[in-house]
Amino acid sequence: MSAPAVEVANVCKCFLRGSPVLRNVDLKIERGEMVALIGASGSGKSTLIRAIAGLTSIDRNEGEGGEIRIFGRPMQAKGRVTGEAGSLRARVGVVFQQFNLVSRLTVLTNVLLGLLGQMPRWRGCLGWFSGEEKQRAMRALARVGIERHALKRGSELSGGQQQRAAIARTLMQGADVLIADEPIASLDPSSARRVMDILADLNRSEGITVLVSLHQVEYALRYCPRVVALRDGAVVYDGASSLLTPAFLSELYGAESEELFLPGFGKTDEAAAESAPDSFMPRKAGVNGSRPEAALGGMAALGNA
Amino acid sequence: MNSNRPIAVTAPAALRDAGTETPVDIPQHPLSRRLRVPFIWLVVGAILVWSWSPTEMWKVANLFTDWRNMAEFGSAFLRPNFRGWELYLTEMIVTIQIAVWGTALAVVFGIPFAILSSSNICPQWIVQPVRRLMDACRAINEIVFALLFVVAVGLGPFAGVMALFIHNVGIISKLFSEAVEAIDPRPVEGIRATGSNKLQDVIFGVVPQVIPLWSSYTLYRFETNVRSATVLGIIGAGGIGQTLYESIRSFQYSETAAVVIIIVLSVMIIDIVSARLRHMLV
Repeated sequence: MSAPAVEVANVCKCFLRGSPVLRNVDLKIERGEMVALIGASGSGKSTLIRAIAGLTSIDRNEGEGGEIRIFGRPMQAKGRVTGEAGSLRARVGVVFQQFNLVSRLTVLTNVLLGLLGQMPRWRGCLGWFSGEEKQRAMRALARVGIERHALKRGSELSGGQQQRAAIARTLMQGADVLIADEPIASLDPSSARRVMDILADLNRSEGITVLVSLHQVEYALRYCPRVVALRDGAVVYDGASSLLTPAFLSELYGAESEELFLPGFGKTDEAAAESAPDSFMPRKAGVNGSRPEAALGGMAALGNA
Repeated sequence: MNSNRPIAVTAPAALRDAGTETPVDIPQHPLSRRLRVPFIWLVVGAILVWSWSPTEMWKVANLFTDWRNMAEFGSAFLRPNFRGWELYLTEMIVTIQIAVWGTALAVVFGIPFAILSSSNICPQWIVQPVRRLMDACRAINEIVFALLFVVAVGLGPFAGVMALFIHNVGIISKLFSEAVEAIDPRPVEGIRATGSNKLQDVIFGVVPQVIPLWSSYTLYRFETNVRSATVLGIIGAGGIGQTLYESIRSFQYSETAAVVIIIVLSVMIIDIVSARLRHMLV
């Protein structure tokens, strides 16, 4: 039982008539880790998250790899979502940027729907949930602090509350792995902190493995010990978040780094960005280090600060 | 900074140029483009002329030369005879009941066909054949189906129910599947991510989203079906149409007028009520 929670092996993805979205991505997440996936928009974060959740198929790779495994069992292999994906999805809770609740159903029902993958099919289709299951759902709602809104429709909740309901749904699933696709991108700062606090707490106290893609680096640095950085669909950094300085990030992302920071975060020193030693970049292979935008990015960040 | 460059104020200068009568080229569309509209009118006119004699349109004059017939017809209509109102009312209710069952069956069977013909739910090799089948149901008028069912199950309202049912399955499945194709895919994905199966995705992800529109379409079809059902009686498929036809055939225009008034009132009431209900739903 020592298989990693998530194993992404040499994964590529091209959409029709487009440049590749994911290029030879390798990623291994051990059980109980909390990992942030960062990158500018269009860098492939969502696609990678959706591929791990088995919602998007990856390309069949020539030669080695092209596989996504959850606890050692294949979610995707040979260019298609495997037959096991249905049962695997029950173990992988997914939290989306737009919450993806069914807005006309009550919050309680939305949370109960997390059980669909585990209950008898006919009972799931009829929507018959036992009293004990409803109790569990209420406990899940209490865990994220919105039990008062159980009978409201999904659409009546604020964004932050909807996202917490979505997290309660993954709790109901009993997911061991929680992957979140920009869970806080459409939330206000205090709701965003609340959601990140809940994710971090689930990781700490229940040992749930969390992979969360984030648009803004500050949250990654604050909540996640490990950061995986994507750029143009390739992993350009995979290591401790403590090593990610603003200077290093603008080196990694060039002009794009500007959108990774909240205004007023740190001070980007243009000179430091240019003189950042290569030893700080364990996996810099994919990056063209001498791009002129790097300097521009530094200036833009200064302008924001 | 240079994005805020002021827009050059050239308009007055240009007008002054026009004042000094310098000839200016007026742009013109090419000849083919200019002839397009007259050509369309020509085609429409030709089609009307072509359809004139086959439809015996010259008889339009008869409306005036045979004015006595018209006057008799019209005067009887002004004196409606409600002596048989109990019969008219029971027959009208039967007509509404035909529409109730026709609509209900069409909805029950139309929903699965609607799901099967929605291209965001099912693969094309299912969608296309199902859509063509539904096209066939829709293409044939309910009167034609009623004639067939009168032969199959005998005279009476049941033939009418079946006729409405088959025709409306085609319509309902098209309307419903258009609603399904316009849903937000994200909630469905949220449910799929919990490990549900395809049927559960539809039940919990799709149906809650389309229920308001589906209910509204159902009410609308019910309205339409009441109107259609009044005609079905003419060919022996039950309801008030039969009474109507009999009174016309026996030249009892006062009775005809009474029946027509009852039909119009019923349809009006149903339209008003269902419009209210639909307004509440959407």
